Amino acid sequence: MDSALKVIFSAVFVSTILRVSTPLILPALGGLIAELSGASNIALEGMMLTSACAGVLVSVYTHSEWLGLLAGISLAEVMALILGYFHLKLKADIILVGLALNILASGATIFVVYLLTGDKGSSTKLVSLEMPTITIPIIKDIPFLGEVLSGQNLITYLAFIATGLVWLFLYRTRLGIHIRAVGENPDAARSVGINVSAMRYLALMLSALLAALGGIHLSMGYVKFFQRDMTSGRGFIALAAVYLGAKHPVGTLIAALVFGAADALSIQLGNLNIPSQLVQMIPPVVTVVSLILYAIARKRRAAMLQRRFQKTSV
Amino acid sequence: MRDIIKIYPNGVRANREVHFGIRSGEIHALVGENGAGKSTLMKILYGVERPSSGSIFLRGKSVHINSEHEAIALGIGMVFQNFMLVPSFTIAQNVVLGSEPMRGMLLDQRAAVKITNNLARQYGLVVDPTAIVDSVPVGMRQRVEILKALYRGADILILDEPTAVLTPQETRELFAAIRQLVNAGKTIIFISHKLREVMEISDRVSVMRDGQMVGTLHTSDATESRLAKMMVGREVFLQLDKPTKERGVAMLQVRHLEYVNEAGREVVRGVSFNTYSGEILGIAGVEGNGQTELVEVLTGLRKPVAGTVSLGDHSITGLSASAVRLSGVAHIPEDRLTNGVALNASIDENLIVDRYNKPPFSRAGFVSHGAVVKHGEKMIDQYAIRAPDGTLPVGSLSGGNMQKVVVARELSANPKLLIAAQPTRGVDIGATEFMHQQLLKQRNEGVAVLLVSADLAEVMSLSDRLAVMHNGRIVAIITDVRNVSEEEVGLFMLGVKQQTQAEIEANW
Repeated sequence: MDSALKVIFSAVFVSTILRVSTPLILPALGGLIAELSGASNIALEGMMLTSACAGVLVSVYTHSEWLGLLAGISLAEVMALILGYFHLKLKADIILVGLALNILASGATIFVVYLLTGDKGSSTKLVSLEMPTITIPIIKDIPFLGEVLSGQNLITYLAFIATGLVWLFLYRTRLGIHIRAVGENPDAARSVGINVSAMRYLALMLSALLAALGGIHLSMGYVKFFQRDMTSGRGFIALAAVYLGAKHPVGTLIAALVFGAADALSIQLGNLNIPSQLVQMIPPVVTVVSLILYAIARKRRAAMLQRRFQKTSV
Repeated sequence: MRDIIKIYPNGVRANREVHFGIRSGEIHALVGENGAGKSTLMKILYGVERPSSGSIFLRGKSVHINSEHEAIALGIGMVFQNFMLVPSFTIAQNVVLGSEPMRGMLLDQRAAVKITNNLARQYGLVVDPTAIVDSVPVGMRQRVEILKALYRGADILILDEPTAVLTPQETRELFAAIRQLVNAGKTIIFISHKLREVMEISDRVSVMRDGQMVGTLHTSDATESRLAKMMVGREVFLQLDKPTKERGVAMLQVRHLEYVNEAGREVVRGVSFNTYSGEILGIAGVEGNGQTELVEVLTGLRKPVAGTVSLGDHSITGLSASAVRLSGVAHIPEDRLTNGVALNASIDENLIVDRYNKPPFSRAGFVSHGAVVKHGEKMIDQYAIRAPDGTLPVGSLSGGNMQKVVVARELSANPKLLIAAQPTRGVDIGATEFMHQQLLKQRNEGVAVLLVSADLAEVMSLSDRLAVMHNGRIVAIITDVRNVSEEEVGLFMLGVKQQTQAEIEANW
């Protein structure tokens, strides 16, 4: 127990949280934008996986991590357009199209890796480039803080910056407020001349951009190879974070950090003498418990609002 | 608008050579039964629908209005019945949505508030610009819709049944606002089928029936009964023919009933009254004074906290809704879309939901299709439900016909007590007349009828006795309904006047 506590309160642990949260925060923010536009992006998982794979392969063959990043983002955008075309143009159910894309991504990525390396499990035979890590001068010399805040991957910093940008976009720009209007009452939005379809396409594409950054971080930052189904449900946990975060950027960030902390805990405790099955249960249990707590809190708040409304309506 | 013809792709001829003209600065009422084509005509004017033929002239010039934006650009605005607002946005955000004031790349929220405040002040439409739409009452939401149209430069405002969702007080406020808009040079088209309101607010009135324009007249030359006749195409008996009738036994006895809602508020407080066989007991009151909860407690949808309810000699206190029904209570619920019918189920199915498990509908545990269809045919015929056959989903019917399905089901159960809550809300004049006749017929046949209605004129003309609710209590029971004025009942409704406990008890 003592050693467990020591693990939790170490700088390494906090730094790990930031690292493992990155591929949750980014897709969660993407999921948030799509969710608010009224088009749930179930394909976050597939988008992350595709961009993780494309990033590794392209960076290996072009010797440029930036081209890898670009390839990952582009493929995710193509998936967003497919999702949008089927859902918005052909009126297919977005959940079904999203699921289909996820399954396609899972099969197609490993197929391409097999074609190129002959390995069906991972791309470890190839040496991937990685996104740069950034050392922040001055801060890096502060004890604890330096260890936590400095030396993280570029994309980790991006994730936190993105939270602020997403907030600014959704609440303070015309496009953002139109996206939210479209999600809440499409008829109202249409009646004042907002193009509902266009707003949802835009939301899905922004969503894909953020999911792709998360995917790239997984294969070109977190580790340096692509592995079959390496997203392992992060796209879905990201969606859970959107709801747990009450569909607000800051809430979503906090929820993603909670899930990330659970992940980090299971990684750190894995080094100790605790049964690994128990440790691996932590993230899913945290997810379920926090969703239950959220549901209870929301019910309470609804009852409170009802009371207040009745008081004022008398 | 000249020679407007609209034929929908499914062959329905919604408008047949309609002429319709409005003068600038007038309040022009457009009345007609549901399905008479008034909404179609207005949608054509607002660019939502395109006419099959015909032409529109605006200020002497021929115009083609192909979309809502073109209508807005021409200064035509429309406020729909179901509001087009974003609930989580503030009022100011809703007003400017789509053409927001900007400061560089970002929205200028302060300017939005200022714009809203200025418009609100200019036209006397009181709103709180920073309030979230979701948290404000319906009347204010409607004002937001009007402000939205004004912000976009509307000179002609089409209001689609604006009072349908309003309380009497809010209606009064709306009428004041409409008058102020007209004084400011705006033109109002007021769609309604509440003739009293039309008489009160409009300068001229146009009547439509079956897709045709029956005529336009000055309101000063019109009377309610003349308009009703034009709408329906025959004499309508607005004055009800109510024979005097000796009342029978006290069928429903309610004593000291108390109900506390989920939020812990006492909404029904010590309510006691009787309803006798062969009488209509009306319950009047401003909505939200416990009437809804009272009805739901009486019909078993909610459990009372204290008090007793008995039907004849049997206590039905706290029984389930189905047990209450079995003992002989019929219920025409206030919210028919949620509690009255299953929208996606067929007419036939809706007619048997309370008896599918009994013969002749249930045979050996299976529903007998033949019996269900036969019952459906009989009901459609008997209650004049306008539908080709019983397989149609109820959701595709008009409000009046939907209500007829509910009435058919409830009355065919041969109840001892009929509880009707807001039975004519949102239904047209023909169906209202039908509804009133049915209630009187039940009363004349010796059924005890409890009528809860927010429409004071309705409840006063139908009831033999009138109870008034205020703040969860019965504050008056009036026996001589014919000789009491609406104003006096209004004083009870507002809680200004109150009978003594002894006076009320004498009239239980």
